[in-house]
Amino acid sequence: MATLKLDNVKKSFGKTDVIHGVSVDVEDGEFIVIVGPSGCGKSTLLRMVAGLETVTSGEVRINGKRVNDVEPMDRDIAMVFQNYALYPHMSVFDNMAYGLKIAKVPKPEIAERVQTAAKLLQLEPYLQRKPRELSGGQRQRVAMGRAIVRKPAVFLFDEPLSNLDAKLRVQMRLEIKALQRELGVTSLYVTHDQVEAMTLADRMIVMNAGVADQIGAPLDVYANPETEFVAGFIGSPPTNFIDAALVGGQSGRIGVRPEHIALSDTGLLTATVGYSEALGAETLVHLRTGDGAQITVRQDAALPIPGEGETRGLSWTDENVMRFDASGLRQH
Amino acid sequence: MAERNGMVEKRGSGLWLTHLGLIIGVAFIFFPIWLAFVASTVDQQDIVRPPMPLLPGDKFFENYGRALVSGVNAPVATMLWNSLVMALGIALGKIAISLLSAFAIVYFRFPGRKVFFWLIFLTLMLPVEVRIVPTFEVIANFGMLNSYSGLILPLIASATATFLFRQFFMTVPDELAEAARVDGAKPMRFFFDILLPMSRTNIAALFVILFIYGWNQYLWPLLITTDPEMNTIVMGIKQMFPSGDDFAHWPTIMATSILAMVPPVIVVIGMQKLFIRGLVESEK
Repeated sequence: MATLKLDNVKKSFGKTDVIHGVSVDVEDGEFIVIVGPSGCGKSTLLRMVAGLETVTSGEVRINGKRVNDVEPMDRDIAMVFQNYALYPHMSVFDNMAYGLKIAKVPKPEIAERVQTAAKLLQLEPYLQRKPRELSGGQRQRVAMGRAIVRKPAVFLFDEPLSNLDAKLRVQMRLEIKALQRELGVTSLYVTHDQVEAMTLADRMIVMNAGVADQIGAPLDVYANPETEFVAGFIGSPPTNFIDAALVGGQSGRIGVRPEHIALSDTGLLTATVGYSEALGAETLVHLRTGDGAQITVRQDAALPIPGEGETRGLSWTDENVMRFDASGLRQH
Repeated sequence: MAERNGMVEKRGSGLWLTHLGLIIGVAFIFFPIWLAFVASTVDQQDIVRPPMPLLPGDKFFENYGRALVSGVNAPVATMLWNSLVMALGIALGKIAISLLSAFAIVYFRFPGRKVFFWLIFLTLMLPVEVRIVPTFEVIANFGMLNSYSGLILPLIASATATFLFRQFFMTVPDELAEAARVDGAKPMRFFFDILLPMSRTNIAALFVILFIYGWNQYLWPLLITTDPEMNTIVMGIKQMFPSGDDFAHWPTIMATSILAMVPPVIVVIGMQKLFIRGLVESEK
């Protein structure tokens, strides 16, 4: 088991700075999810921990040991890749055993470790098959099995679920979480899907353009976003942003989550109803304010659905308002 | 559906025509080979006296036996062996060298990587015939005339194969190399454990092409082998032809020709299964 420490880690490709200094302390057994839109540097950050990218400046420490210049295999990590990266010509067993064979682990022990992992992942019937004879979910499991058998100090996941269909993704998400709990291995998980981040993470790192905008427990991040970007990125549908001047504020914008706005006859602001999406348990009403801003209101399905083109008032309570200054920072 | 049925019906009459065309084409190609076979099983007199026989005679074992054991200048068995060594040497050597150079070009960043690739690529434009005089000079100075290494080495570098493997390696996902790195595989281990097995269908296809290329070499062996013991079969056939007033024993020459065709045919048929199976299984 292990701790992982990133200390002001930076990365540049030539003159382009990709990561502008990320620091985080990961505790033993913690599940950290790095989430952000594509191009925010989250995969690069993970690959620096893996040793697949060099660290331009700063330090990566695994169990207190500086690993900046250590080869991936000697870092005591295991990685699950987005497209699984299984060796196509090897059986499932050989795929999982390959790393151990290179490490010259005795054969009986390899067999035993692979068997244990296969049992854990329900892969026992498929050990002699080739990857191409497996379904997407099974391949995903093999990729995880390959990571598990090595008994690494840190698991690294690079968008492992993005090649699966929606239903399987939810199922595998639960399995990954359960597995990580059971094994208690420190994990770093990269995703662009904020639902995955919310459900899996003990703590999450929200990345924006090479900067860690916020690090914290999912619900804390959701309730108290530090920046406008985090408020907009975490949560679906996203937070509504309204020009502060429209509601009697000064500069900057205010953010209100869709579930915190209610439709009323008179309100703090009026808006024209666009279309509504009835999802069964709830209804999403999309409106447009006078200055053209899009507002989404999430309301209970029992409430009446307003007709298109109607003008309605929007109301919310002050405690649910998040104020951001012009640079996007939260004002408390 | 109706339209599709119509198309099938229309094909019915066309099917016979295309088959007829193909059969005529096959017969056209096959007939000379058949004639050669027939000529290799009859007496010298039967060939010289028109019309040429169209059915095999009874001298099969006699003619082939004579060709294999004594031949005209050198026994065909010796020449077959020489050709086999040369063709195998060229095919395997080319594959080994081009695999390694493609591996270097695709997976390692070293100064001048692009330059080296284009230099290799440039040699595509220089066939053996163009550089044959300087190459001969080099081989002669190394004392490699009349030797297998002299036959094989100058023909072993291959831009075509390097290019082919480069293209294949570039389609292999980078993540596979990274996964191997995380698993602890050093570059050469990755090459032998992962890349080589994944390339085996390409290797099989190339082997067929290169074996035939090596087998059919004519000009180079003709230049550097003066000892009949080192003759290869393709040049050997030519040397059997009568020059001046010599008297040619055509049944032996024809038997030699037929024998010369056998190994490439075996290679094509034998390897065909392997690379067609490889092409059907898509694995990446």
